[in-house]
Amino acid sequence: MADPMKIRATLQGDIADVRILMRHPMETGTRKTATSVVPLHFIQSVIVQHNGRTVLDAQWSQAISRDPFLGVRVKGAKIGDKITVTWIDNKDDKRTDEVAVMAGS
Amino acid sequence: MKKNRRSFLHFAGGAGAVFIAAATGLLKTGIAWSAPWNKNAFEAKAVAETLKGLGASNLIDSKDISITAPDIAENGAIVPVAVTSRIPNTQSIAIIAEKNPFPLAASFDILAGADSYVSTRLKMGQTSDVRAIVKADGKFYTASKEVKVTVGGCG
Repeated sequence: MADPMKIRATLQGDIADVRILMRHPMETGTRKTATSVVPLHFIQSVIVQHNGRTVLDAQWSQAISRDPFLGVRVKGAKIGDKITVTWIDNKDDKRTDEVAVMAGS
Repeated sequence: MKKNRRSFLHFAGGAGAVFIAAATGLLKTGIAWSAPWNKNAFEAKAVAETLKGLGASNLIDSKDISITAPDIAENGAIVPVAVTSRIPNTQSIAIIAEKNPFPLAASFDILAGADSYVSTRLKMGQTSDVRAIVKADGKFYTASKEVKVTVGGCG
Protein backbone atom coordinates (compact mmCIF):
# COMPACT_ATOMS: atom_id res chain seq x y z
CA MET A 1 0.00 0.00 0.00
CA ALA A 2 1.30 3.34 -0.98
CA ASP A 3 2.05 6.05 1.55
CA PRO A 4 -0.63 8.67 2.18
CA MET A 5 -0.63 11.99 0.36
CA LYS A 6 -0.45 15.33 2.08
CA ILE A 7 -3.22 17.54 0.72
CA ARG A 8 -4.05 21.07 1.73
CA ALA A 9 -6.99 22.98 0.30
CA THR A 10 -7.39 26.59 1.40
CA LEU A 11 -10.08 28.98 0.25
CA GLN A 12 -9.00 32.23 -1.45
CA GLY A 13 -12.18 34.07 -2.40
CA ASP A 14 -14.27 31.40 -4.13
CA ILE A 15 -11.23 29.47 -5.35
CA ALA A 16 -9.75 26.59 -3.40
CA ASP A 17 -5.97 26.53 -3.69
CA VAL A 18 -5.15 22.83 -3.57
CA ARG A 19 -1.59 21.63 -2.90
CA ILE A 20 -0.89 17.94 -3.09
CA LEU A 21 2.30 16.16 -2.09
CA MET A 22 2.42 12.48 -3.05
CA ARG A 23 4.92 9.91 -1.85
CA HIS A 24 6.31 7.99 -4.80
CA PRO A 25 9.83 7.05 -5.98
CA MET A 26 9.08 8.08 -9.62
CA GLU A 27 11.86 5.87 -10.99
CA THR A 28 12.87 6.79 -14.54
CA GLY A 29 14.02 3.29 -15.44
CA THR A 30 17.55 4.57 -16.15
CA ARG A 31 18.93 4.96 -12.62
CA LYS A 32 21.60 2.39 -11.80
CA THR A 33 22.58 0.85 -8.51
CA ALA A 34 25.91 -0.97 -8.10
CA THR A 35 24.49 -4.15 -9.58
CA SER A 36 21.40 -3.39 -11.62
CA VAL A 37 19.12 -0.82 -13.19
CA VAL A 38 16.14 0.30 -11.09
CA PRO A 39 13.00 -0.53 -13.08
CA LEU A 40 10.60 2.10 -14.38
CA HIS A 41 8.06 2.94 -11.68
CA PHE A 42 6.03 6.14 -11.86
CA ILE A 43 2.57 7.63 -11.39
CA GLN A 44 0.76 7.67 -14.71
CA SER A 45 -2.59 9.24 -13.89
CA VAL A 46 -3.88 11.62 -11.23
CA ILE A 47 -7.49 12.67 -10.80
CA VAL A 48 -8.65 15.59 -8.63
CA GLN A 49 -12.32 15.71 -7.66
CA HIS A 50 -14.38 18.44 -6.06
CA ASN A 51 -17.42 17.06 -4.18
CA GLY A 52 -17.21 13.92 -6.33
CA ARG A 53 -16.94 15.74 -9.66
CA THR A 54 -13.69 15.39 -11.58
CA VAL A 55 -12.08 18.79 -12.20
CA LEU A 56 -8.57 17.77 -13.27
CA ASP A 57 -7.42 14.64 -15.06
CA ALA A 58 -3.65 14.47 -15.36
CA GLN A 59 -1.37 12.06 -17.20
CA TRP A 60 2.28 12.02 -16.20
CA SER A 61 5.58 10.67 -17.43
CA GLN A 62 8.59 9.57 -15.42
CA ALA A 63 9.92 13.15 -15.78
CA ILE A 64 7.83 14.32 -12.82
CA SER A 65 10.05 14.66 -9.74
CA ARG A 66 10.26 12.09 -6.98
CA ASP A 67 7.58 12.63 -4.29
CA PRO A 68 5.50 14.63 -6.78
CA PHE A 69 3.93 17.99 -6.09
CA LEU A 70 0.74 19.08 -7.80
CA GLY A 71 -0.97 22.44 -7.40
CA VAL A 72 -4.46 23.11 -8.77
CA ARG A 73 -7.12 25.74 -8.22
CA VAL A 74 -10.75 24.70 -7.90
CA LYS A 75 -13.37 27.31 -8.74
CA GLY A 76 -16.68 27.79 -6.95
CA ALA A 77 -15.47 26.14 -3.73
CA LYS A 78 -16.80 26.62 -0.20
CA ILE A 79 -15.41 25.78 3.23
CA GLY A 80 -16.04 22.12 3.99
CA ASP A 81 -16.17 21.03 0.33
CA LYS A 82 -14.48 17.71 -0.32
CA ILE A 83 -11.35 17.50 -2.44
CA THR A 84 -10.44 13.95 -3.41
CA VAL A 85 -7.21 12.96 -5.12
CA THR A 86 -6.52 9.55 -6.67
CA TRP A 87 -3.38 8.36 -8.41
CA ILE A 88 -2.46 5.14 -10.18
CA ASP A 89 1.04 4.10 -11.22
CA ASN A 90 2.44 1.85 -13.94
CA LYS A 91 2.37 -1.12 -11.54
CA ASP A 92 -1.34 -0.57 -10.89
CA ASP A 93 -0.67 0.62 -7.36
CA LYS A 94 -3.24 3.23 -6.33
CA ARG A 95 -3.92 5.69 -3.58
CA THR A 96 -6.92 7.91 -2.77
CA ASP A 97 -6.97 10.64 -0.13
CA GLU A 98 -9.55 13.25 0.74
CA VAL A 99 -9.55 16.59 2.59
CA ALA A 100 -12.08 19.31 3.33
CA VAL A 101 -11.53 22.86 2.09
CA MET A 102 -10.33 25.13 4.93
CA ALA A 103 -10.52 28.87 5.36
CA GLY A 104 -7.53 30.68 3.87
CA SER A 105 -5.34 32.94 5.94
CA MET B 1 2.79 -4.75 -17.01
CA LYS B 2 1.64 -2.05 -19.37
CA LYS B 3 -0.70 -4.41 -21.10
CA ASN B 4 -2.41 -5.16 -17.78
CA ARG B 5 -2.89 -1.51 -17.23
CA ARG B 6 -4.40 -1.03 -20.69
CA SER B 7 -6.92 -3.74 -20.10
CA PHE B 8 -7.67 -2.42 -16.62
CA LEU B 9 -8.37 1.01 -18.05
CA HIS B 10 -10.45 -0.43 -20.81
CA PHE B 11 -12.46 -2.39 -18.30
CA ALA B 12 -12.72 0.45 -15.80
CA GLY B 13 -13.73 2.88 -18.50
CA GLY B 14 -17.04 1.16 -19.00
CA ALA B 15 -19.66 -0.01 -16.59
CA GLY B 16 -16.91 -1.97 -14.82
CA ALA B 17 -15.74 1.08 -12.86
CA VAL B 18 -18.36 0.74 -10.19
CA PHE B 19 -17.74 -2.96 -9.90
CA ILE B 20 -14.00 -2.47 -9.49
CA ALA B 21 -14.54 0.29 -6.96
CA ALA B 22 -16.80 -1.96 -4.95
CA ALA B 23 -14.52 -4.95 -5.31
CA THR B 24 -11.31 -3.23 -4.27
CA GLY B 25 -12.81 -0.77 -1.86
CA LEU B 26 -10.05 1.63 -2.84
CA LEU B 27 -12.14 4.07 -4.78
CA LYS B 28 -15.03 5.58 -2.94
CA THR B 29 -16.73 6.94 -6.00
CA GLY B 30 -16.88 5.28 -9.39
CA ILE B 31 -13.96 7.02 -11.04
CA ALA B 32 -13.93 6.52 -14.76
CA TRP B 33 -10.48 7.46 -16.05
CA SER B 34 -11.41 9.64 -18.97
CA ALA B 35 -8.76 8.41 -21.37
CA PRO B 36 -6.09 5.73 -21.44
CA TRP B 37 -2.52 6.90 -20.84
CA ASN B 38 -1.31 8.52 -24.05
CA LYS B 39 1.47 6.06 -24.87
CA ASN B 40 2.25 7.54 -28.29
CA ALA B 41 2.85 11.02 -26.91
CA PHE B 42 4.67 9.94 -23.74
CA GLU B 43 7.01 7.48 -25.45
CA ALA B 44 7.95 9.88 -28.25
CA LYS B 45 11.63 10.82 -28.24
CA ALA B 46 11.44 13.91 -30.42
CA VAL B 47 9.26 16.98 -29.85
CA ALA B 48 7.67 16.66 -33.29
CA GLU B 49 6.50 13.13 -32.47
CA THR B 50 5.24 14.28 -29.07
CA LEU B 51 3.09 16.94 -30.72
CA LYS B 52 1.78 14.35 -33.16
CA GLY B 53 0.89 12.09 -30.22
CA LEU B 54 -0.98 14.94 -28.57
CA GLY B 55 -2.79 15.66 -31.82
CA ALA B 56 -1.39 19.19 -31.73
CA SER B 57 -0.85 20.97 -35.03
CA ASN B 58 -0.83 24.56 -36.29
CA LEU B 59 0.55 25.82 -33.00
CA ILE B 60 -0.15 29.48 -32.32
CA ASP B 61 2.33 31.44 -30.17
CA SER B 62 0.40 33.01 -27.34
CA LYS B 63 1.22 35.68 -24.79
CA ASP B 64 -1.77 34.53 -22.74
CA ILE B 65 0.16 31.53 -21.44
CA SER B 66 2.52 32.17 -18.54
CA ILE B 67 5.15 29.67 -17.57
CA THR B 68 6.62 30.15 -14.12
CA ALA B 69 9.95 28.36 -13.87
CA PRO B 70 13.41 29.32 -12.63
CA ASP B 71 15.88 30.86 -15.11
CA ILE B 72 18.57 28.67 -13.60
CA ALA B 73 17.78 25.37 -11.90
CA GLU B 74 20.64 24.20 -9.75
CA ASN B 75 19.08 20.79 -9.25
CA GLY B 76 17.62 19.22 -12.39
CA ALA B 77 15.79 16.64 -10.27
CA ILE B 78 13.39 19.27 -8.93
CA VAL B 79 12.48 22.04 -11.33
CA PRO B 80 9.28 23.79 -10.24
CA VAL B 81 7.10 24.64 -13.23
CA ALA B 82 3.69 26.30 -13.15
CA VAL B 83 1.58 27.08 -16.21
CA THR B 84 -1.32 29.51 -16.29
CA SER B 85 -3.48 29.92 -19.37
CA ARG B 86 -5.63 33.00 -19.77
CA ILE B 87 -7.06 31.68 -23.04
CA PRO B 88 -10.85 31.24 -22.72
CA ASN B 89 -12.16 27.66 -22.71
CA THR B 90 -8.81 26.07 -21.98
CA GLN B 91 -9.29 22.30 -22.26
CA SER B 92 -5.84 20.95 -21.60
CA ILE B 93 -2.30 21.95 -20.70
CA ALA B 94 0.72 19.83 -21.64
CA ILE B 95 4.25 20.46 -20.37
CA ILE B 96 7.23 19.49 -22.53
CA ALA B 97 10.91 19.59 -21.55
CA GLU B 98 12.31 19.70 -25.07
CA LYS B 99 15.66 18.01 -24.48
CA ASN B 100 14.54 15.29 -22.07
CA PRO B 101 14.87 11.70 -23.36
CA PHE B 102 11.07 11.61 -23.48
CA PRO B 103 10.07 15.26 -23.90
CA LEU B 104 6.47 15.09 -22.70
CA ALA B 105 6.41 15.42 -18.90
CA ALA B 106 2.72 15.84 -18.19
CA SER B 107 -0.62 16.46 -19.77
CA PHE B 108 -3.50 17.90 -17.76
CA ASP B 109 -7.15 17.86 -18.83
CA ILE B 110 -8.79 20.92 -17.31
CA LEU B 111 -12.46 20.16 -16.77
CA ALA B 112 -15.25 22.53 -15.77
CA GLY B 113 -14.65 23.61 -12.19
CA ALA B 114 -10.86 23.90 -12.35
CA ASP B 115 -8.91 27.05 -13.04
CA SER B 116 -6.62 26.81 -16.08
CA TYR B 117 -3.56 26.60 -13.86
CA VAL B 118 -1.30 23.73 -12.92
CA SER B 119 1.86 23.61 -10.86
CA THR B 120 4.25 20.70 -10.51
CA ARG B 121 7.93 19.78 -10.37
CA LEU B 122 9.89 18.21 -13.21
CA LYS B 123 13.11 16.34 -13.72
CA MET B 124 15.27 17.87 -16.44
CA GLY B 125 18.35 16.19 -17.88
CA GLN B 126 19.93 19.35 -19.28
CA THR B 127 19.39 22.99 -20.14
CA SER B 128 16.36 23.19 -22.38
CA ASP B 129 13.24 25.06 -23.30
CA VAL B 130 10.18 24.17 -21.27
CA ARG B 131 7.20 24.40 -23.58
CA ALA B 132 3.53 24.55 -22.69
CA ILE B 133 0.91 23.41 -25.18
CA VAL B 134 -2.58 24.68 -24.41
CA LYS B 135 -5.65 23.35 -26.16
CA ALA B 136 -8.60 25.76 -26.17
CA ASP B 137 -11.71 25.52 -28.34
CA GLY B 138 -9.99 22.80 -30.37
CA LYS B 139 -7.02 25.06 -31.27
CA PHE B 140 -3.48 24.66 -29.97
CA TYR B 141 -1.50 27.51 -28.43
CA THR B 142 2.07 27.44 -27.19
CA ALA B 143 4.67 29.34 -25.18
CA SER B 144 8.13 28.42 -23.96
CA LYS B 145 10.73 29.43 -21.43
CA GLU B 146 14.37 28.44 -21.23
CA VAL B 147 15.56 26.79 -18.01
CA LYS B 148 19.31 26.45 -17.51
CA VAL B 149 20.15 23.27 -15.63
CA THR B 150 23.48 23.08 -13.84
CA VAL B 151 23.17 19.50 -12.53
CA GLY B 152 21.01 17.09 -14.53
CA GLY B 153 18.27 15.14 -12.81
CA CYS B 154 18.11 11.94 -14.78
CA GLY B 155 20.69 9.87 -12.92
